[in-house]
Amino acid sequence: IKMLSRYARSAIFSLPRGMQMATRATSSIQHTLKVAEKIEKTREKALLGGGQKRIDAQHKRGKLTARERIELLVDPGSFREYDMFAEHTCTDFGMQKEKYPGDSVVTGRAQIAGRTVFLFSQDFTVFGGSLSSIHAKKIVKIMKDAMLVGAPVIGLNDSGGARIQEGVESLAGYADIFQANVMASGVVPQISLIMGPCAGGAVYSPALTDFTFMVRDSSYLFITGPDVVKAVTNEEVTQEELGGAKTHTVTSGVAHGAFENDVDALMNMRELFNYLPLSNTDASPIRACDDPWYRVVPSLDTVVPLESTAAYNMKDVVLSLVDEGDFFEIMPDYAKNIVVGFARMNGRTVGVVGNNPKFAAGCLDINSSIKGARFVRFCDAFNIPIITLVDVPGFLPGTAQEYGGIIRHGAKLLYAYAEATVPKITVITRKAFGGAYDVMASKHLRGDLNYAWPTAEVAVMGAKGAVSILFRNDKENAVKHEEEYTELFSNPFPAAVRGFVDDIIIPSETRRRICEDLNMLESKKLKNPKKKHGNIPL
Amino acid sequence: LRMRVLACVRCVAHKGFGQVRLASAASQKKYVDLREDRSIYRTDPINHDEPKFDKILIANRGEIACRVIKTARAMGIKTVAVHSDVDSNALHVRMADEAVCVGPAPTNQSYLRVDRILQAVKDTGAQAVHPGYGFLSENTLFAADLEKIGVTFVGPNSKAISDMGDKINSKKIATAAKVNMIPGHDGEIADEDMCVKVANEIGYPVMIKASAGGGGKGMRCAWNDKQAREFFNLSKHEALSFFGDDRMLVEKFVDNPRHIEMQILCDKHGHALWLNERECSIQRRNQKVIEEAPSSFVTPEMRRAMGEQSVQLARAVGYDSAGTIEFLVDGKRNFYFLEMNTRLQVEHPITESITGIDIVQQMLRVAYGHKLNLTQEQVPLEGWAFESRVYAEDPHRGFGLPSVGRLSKYVEPKHIAGVRCDSGVREGSEISIYYDPLICKLVTHGADRPTALARMRDALDGYVIRGVTHNIPLLRDICQEQRFLEGRITTKYLPEVYPEGFQGAKLTPEEEETVLSLAAALNARKIARSKQFKNQSRQQSTYVDPYTITYKFITELPVDDEGTSAKQVPVHVHFENGDEKEARVSINGKTLAISGDMNLAHPIVSLKTDGKPMTTQIVSKKAGEITVVYRGTNFKVSVLPEHAQHYVKHMLPKPKLDLSSVLISPMPGAIKSVLVKVGDMVSEGQQLLVIEAMKMQNGLHAAKTGKVKTVTVKEGQTVDEGELLVELE
Repeated sequence: IKMLSRYARSAIFSLPRGMQMATRATSSIQHTLKVAEKIEKTREKALLGGGQKRIDAQHKRGKLTARERIELLVDPGSFREYDMFAEHTCTDFGMQKEKYPGDSVVTGRAQIAGRTVFLFSQDFTVFGGSLSSIHAKKIVKIMKDAMLVGAPVIGLNDSGGARIQEGVESLAGYADIFQANVMASGVVPQISLIMGPCAGGAVYSPALTDFTFMVRDSSYLFITGPDVVKAVTNEEVTQEELGGAKTHTVTSGVAHGAFENDVDALMNMRELFNYLPLSNTDASPIRACDDPWYRVVPSLDTVVPLESTAAYNMKDVVLSLVDEGDFFEIMPDYAKNIVVGFARMNGRTVGVVGNNPKFAAGCLDINSSIKGARFVRFCDAFNIPIITLVDVPGFLPGTAQEYGGIIRHGAKLLYAYAEATVPKITVITRKAFGGAYDVMASKHLRGDLNYAWPTAEVAVMGAKGAVSILFRNDKENAVKHEEEYTELFSNPFPAAVRGFVDDIIIPSETRRRICEDLNMLESKKLKNPKKKHGNIPL
Repeated sequence: LRMRVLACVRCVAHKGFGQVRLASAASQKKYVDLREDRSIYRTDPINHDEPKFDKILIANRGEIACRVIKTARAMGIKTVAVHSDVDSNALHVRMADEAVCVGPAPTNQSYLRVDRILQAVKDTGAQAVHPGYGFLSENTLFAADLEKIGVTFVGPNSKAISDMGDKINSKKIATAAKVNMIPGHDGEIADEDMCVKVANEIGYPVMIKASAGGGGKGMRCAWNDKQAREFFNLSKHEALSFFGDDRMLVEKFVDNPRHIEMQILCDKHGHALWLNERECSIQRRNQKVIEEAPSSFVTPEMRRAMGEQSVQLARAVGYDSAGTIEFLVDGKRNFYFLEMNTRLQVEHPITESITGIDIVQQMLRVAYGHKLNLTQEQVPLEGWAFESRVYAEDPHRGFGLPSVGRLSKYVEPKHIAGVRCDSGVREGSEISIYYDPLICKLVTHGADRPTALARMRDALDGYVIRGVTHNIPLLRDICQEQRFLEGRITTKYLPEVYPEGFQGAKLTPEEEETVLSLAAALNARKIARSKQFKNQSRQQSTYVDPYTITYKFITELPVDDEGTSAKQVPVHVHFENGDEKEARVSINGKTLAISGDMNLAHPIVSLKTDGKPMTTQIVSKKAGEITVVYRGTNFKVSVLPEHAQHYVKHMLPKPKLDLSSVLISPMPGAIKSVLVKVGDMVSEGQQLLVIEAMKMQNGLHAAKTGKVKTVTVKEGQTVDEGELLVELE
């Protein structure tokens, strides 16, 4: 099909040349000038989108236009636009009279920090950014090209929804995009940035991509808006409450982060992009690094409190461990009992997963399992080594969790870790109890290097719980038994003597050890059995 | 109550995995600087043939405990630290040979528990106790208790402590010893008539104050008879409620005074020395901020007179340790006795710097019973020394509101010549609400005042503290303030120089340009580096060396709280000949050369701007924003690509949280009491709860009338700054 269309295009372009012979030279010159002028005019029109009035309205809402966003996102002068002259084909409701070159989306490729990215940016000033058939085709085109060469896709979403005038054409367009999203999943990284409304069918494209980010106070994601909600369920809710950035970053977990405004969001996308490999066949990027890999981190020696029930912030550990304290956290406000995000170790991008005792004692529950699992799978898909910091008292018990299906959700994290073939380095900082110990990239799940800090306790459960089961008929001596249990199990030795941890390391030397190991694991070769795809417990 | 002395000796041979703890403890020791640089103590060095205590206990924490341990170790004396449970990993515990836990975090349950500390002394067999300052250092009962069990108190005899502890009594003794006194009535003032009579005898203005007073409580200055009557009654009431003792004094009020004190050193054989003065006028709320020795105001004659009077007083009370006599000095160099501190003072290091005498060593010697080896003529006065008290506090609020946190990054500027850091913390230490927020006493010594001061500025620039708010911005600003440079200081210095409170370093237009250029250069380096991949092999044919590009930014200094918009300044950066160490910055039509290793990982970045050396720190670098330290103050500079200039103006300001319906914790602290519950109606200005931080109690009030919707805290709970406490409907 591609070949054919290219042929057709060249045939059209050759037409004027053919006519040259038959007509007088002067008219030919005029025609050439006219065409050149038309190209120029159309280009100018395309650059203005829906016109100055609509651009001003967009600005008034605190939002930038589609092209302004691209300009901020990519390296200056690197944007190459595709399909600027494309137009919609709708003839109903008088639509044939209202056409804008490029229609309601700007697509193309560019560079971010010198590396190729494909992107689309929906233009709210043209028909409210609504999705027409050509709009969808433009998006699908750049996605296919991105997969062809292996480069990430960034979508800047700002669309009122389907182009109702086009009817089922518009729905078909959505489905084409969904299919392309799924095909690209795991081949190239896909990032969605929601910068305006995104409702109905439109929400599923971001949901299929790897990361969804939002802009505070100006972006919304929902299946149906507040009016329909009111009509159907009689529930009164504002746009912001229903699908604002806060809802999706704190409560639903649909979005992976939110930024203050358009400028802030786009600047941060550049930072994130810098961490990512271009495709699943590229290695995790290694960027020039100022931070010595052998840096000793004295503060880690005291980060774990002496009192084993006292909380500390695992993010303190992460920030002091990684290069320059640069950490791009994914889902910072959702399921805070697990911390996930991108960082660099000696310049190489790594994914960091850590239980955070500061929140809910760092336990694994439904939300944290899902959050962790999706991140681990992203890292594995794109060759990013995973550093796991373990301080987990176990899975959260109780009816709320059991009814919610903690078993199948917890299994997602287990599945993700077990399936991952990228380098996996695990550090047990304190507790590693029960099934949660197994899950958190244990040796048994093909962890490459598993370390324990001197404060580590690897056991089936804590002393109190264990004694209440083991000595249920000897309540008087509970304290004595607890002491006994603590002495036996609340330390790293039981795991170390069995080879379940490779070494007990001094916390301040953790950075050095991890950097050495990552270097060594660069040539790791591990393949899962060939299969169509596994069946992760969704 | 069950004794909780856990005698958890350091390297806790604790439950089975003692070995691991030992290993980790041993590794942790590496970060404790145990090398003793004793070259600063050049006068009367340690004589190892002299008999000494075998083991002492230090009944204190933090920097002063570390300070005492260092000298004791150098003298060959074993040390025992006491600590609260939260301090189990503290530096002083790590440094000591043994450590005993004496209770939970609050000081009245640990460091102030005489019974537990006495038990620790008995258990460890310490022969003497050094109390440091604060806590039990001026507790005569403690000193007497020690005496009973035959243990030496490293400090003056308890009679001297109690004689000097009472203001009326100390005045009587000082008058008898012919020490200059502030004109006043030496005795209690019975009633307001007597107050007026005495005030007229002395001459206005007069200070009316409580005998038992301190910290500015029960103290008022009267300028006429009417005020004298009114203030006498007010202060008397206040004194009764604060101290349970309403005896009152009246004395001359010294206008624009300086606070200058004399360090003395005495032994048990009647010898007494004065070790020169310290100028401590830079104060806020009666707490010292920057001290220096000697004072630029004191002449040799005055110094001798002050010293001799101090020694006379010491002899009169039978003083037999290190101590300090505080004087108030007026503009005509008249000095008046204020009080005597019968302990080692916080600011003793500056005296050590200019005399070369290790005061702790001498305290331990004389406590053992040795005579002082030096004569007065042998006490040197060499060079000049400054001490900056680096506190974990926010200097923008009342010159210092306590702050807490974990020192996530901490580097002392010890690499600079003539710098001494007395601290009790290290990277990873926690500054908690329970104790004094002092991080470090930063001391610099130089041949003369300008040298010592220049070193102080360098040291403050090179001091890396992350994780807590600290007062280095204020300290650094004072160090180049004109009045301070000229030595024209009084105890009113801070309110006079900063009448609106400290608002951060005020930059001149040139300095602003420097900060913006610096931020732009560092950001250019950051962006250039983001293109330096080592394993991205595609599209090499169009690769452009990122150091050959000109980076065009639009920069902006932070806006103040009022939201007034700062002006956007375009800045262009390129690297000379593609050399990443040579940035050329164009700003406002000028070109600035910034050269040096623009390392984005090191906490301290030493660069040259147009050839002039300068030290900066990168505090944080986020997308489009970089925070650099300049002259001690953090500047959060927005650095965006040039084309963003037209777009930033469209960004809407964020809706502000309605602060009237929520009560936010203004500082970290413990909730002392909660006065309302959910559903209560409260009126505007009503006190909702009381928060205690660093020994201060603060009432928090409702900003509007309404019904209590939520109360998120309980009594006794500790809260962070900015935490939501109470919400109104």
